[in-house]
Amino acid sequence: MRLFGKYLLILFKSQMQYRTSFWLLSFGQFFIPFSVFAGLYFMFERFGQIKGWDFYEVALTFGVIHMAFSISECFARGFDMFSSLVVNGEFDRLLVRPRSTILQVLGSKFEFTRVGRLLQSALVLAWAISQVQVEWTVMKALTLLFMIASGVFIFAGIFILMAAMCFWTIQGLEIANIFTDGGREMAQYPLNIYQKWVSRFFTYIIPFGCVNYLPLLFILGKSEGNPLIHMLTPLAGCAFLIPCLFIWKIGVRHYRSTGS
Amino acid sequence: MITVSGISKSFKVAKRSSGVRSAVKSLFRREYTEVAALSDISFSIEPGEIVGYIGPNGAGKSTTIKVISGILVPDSGTCKIMGYTPWLDRVAYVKNIGVVFGQRSQLWWDVPVIDSFDLLRDIYDVPEAEYQSNLKLLTETLDLEDIIRTPVRQLSLGQRMRCEIAASLLHSPSILFLDEPTIGLDAVSKIAVRQFITRINQEKGVTIILTTHDMNDIEALAQRIILIGKGSLLYDGDIHALRDRYVNAFPSESTPSIEEIIVRMYEEYQIT
Repeated sequence: MRLFGKYLLILFKSQMQYRTSFWLLSFGQFFIPFSVFAGLYFMFERFGQIKGWDFYEVALTFGVIHMAFSISECFARGFDMFSSLVVNGEFDRLLVRPRSTILQVLGSKFEFTRVGRLLQSALVLAWAISQVQVEWTVMKALTLLFMIASGVFIFAGIFILMAAMCFWTIQGLEIANIFTDGGREMAQYPLNIYQKWVSRFFTYIIPFGCVNYLPLLFILGKSEGNPLIHMLTPLAGCAFLIPCLFIWKIGVRHYRSTGS
Repeated sequence: MITVSGISKSFKVAKRSSGVRSAVKSLFRREYTEVAALSDISFSIEPGEIVGYIGPNGAGKSTTIKVISGILVPDSGTCKIMGYTPWLDRVAYVKNIGVVFGQRSQLWWDVPVIDSFDLLRDIYDVPEAEYQSNLKLLTETLDLEDIIRTPVRQLSLGQRMRCEIAASLLHSPSILFLDEPTIGLDAVSKIAVRQFITRINQEKGVTIILTTHDMNDIEALAQRIILIGKGSLLYDGDIHALRDRYVNAFPSESTPSIEEIIVRMYEEYQIT
């Protein structure tokens, strides 16, 4: 952990060498999800509600998933950009250092400009929390934190999984975006507005539903049955990371390196 | 110290002919050819040796270095270095080695050199006292005093290479792999790098394995050379014995340079 901090420090120093680009990028990152959110707002303005969900409830979902996404993009950017690490041979260097590859790849890149996006989603989340009609308790607040944390784990897991594919194909796969960007777009709404198979896929295969929909029911008081189960579903998000890490381990052994 | 026996490694290379049609075709069906990068390589190296590892481009030099530094997993064969198998005990093993890839930097591009050094200290967990004494020694002998606070991207190639070498010795490794350490350097920097390599070998007893295309490097540094061509080991032995063996092959009375001898050898083994 201390070493990870050191990695961050040196990357931050590097980033600060390019100050103008940092501000511009952060600014841009602030406004990309902003436009999406504006779209959400106008849609609810027109229709009032979707399948019994009102605007603030959906805004809460939106805030949680975007927050998780921007945090994971900050931290796991090294995996997102992993193909470049393989193509230019930088990964060789990581392998001759006595630390785990996971830590080193995490430490190879940190996207500070995502702070803009983080800020935006934090604002949405704060607004939704203050407006939504919920009796906040400690348990519910904890559940909310859980949701964000395990959302981060799921996104990180997908990044790792797709990075591991580079060991077999060398080239990065845009297919990852289906799951990260696509998953994000889907999961910013409560899952039950979709077709059955869509919500099944995002509950059992990539467990976005577990970090979002199910615990949300508990927070909003819409759940049936044992609330504890709903509270603990975000754990499934953490569990998703385990097979991803395992595939990564296999991938490293298949690493072929590049020329010279 | 280093025992390599029977290492083989082959790569699958996608083959296709030129033209748009075959490019499209290869999207769906690809034909692969197996290329043997290394076949049945064996050698052993004693502590404190400097070994020159030579061969033409594409002979498998870098692949060998990658296998014995734990980056690649070979298809078959065994390798014991200081009791470790590089690709199995990677983390424990790489604490004991330093690697310089002449064509790739290990320093963080946008920050002063000393920041990279400090981070390497943390990565390798070097005790503070040891780090300070190594750093002092390295800055003195490699003449880094003036450049250590400059961002890496502003250094010249020669300055950068000296920093690279220093960076791979901060954790006092017992083996140093140098993959073309003098590539692209001017005469002054080359000599400086060579002198330094000799010095750490003699004073600290570091075992050095060196790949290069510059035969002057080999002549100045290595007693022993290992020649590899098309993935097979062709010659392993004393560099002077090699000279004696081929000296008669040259008609002129002048002694042939080591460069000429090597060319002669490549011809004999038909590996150019």
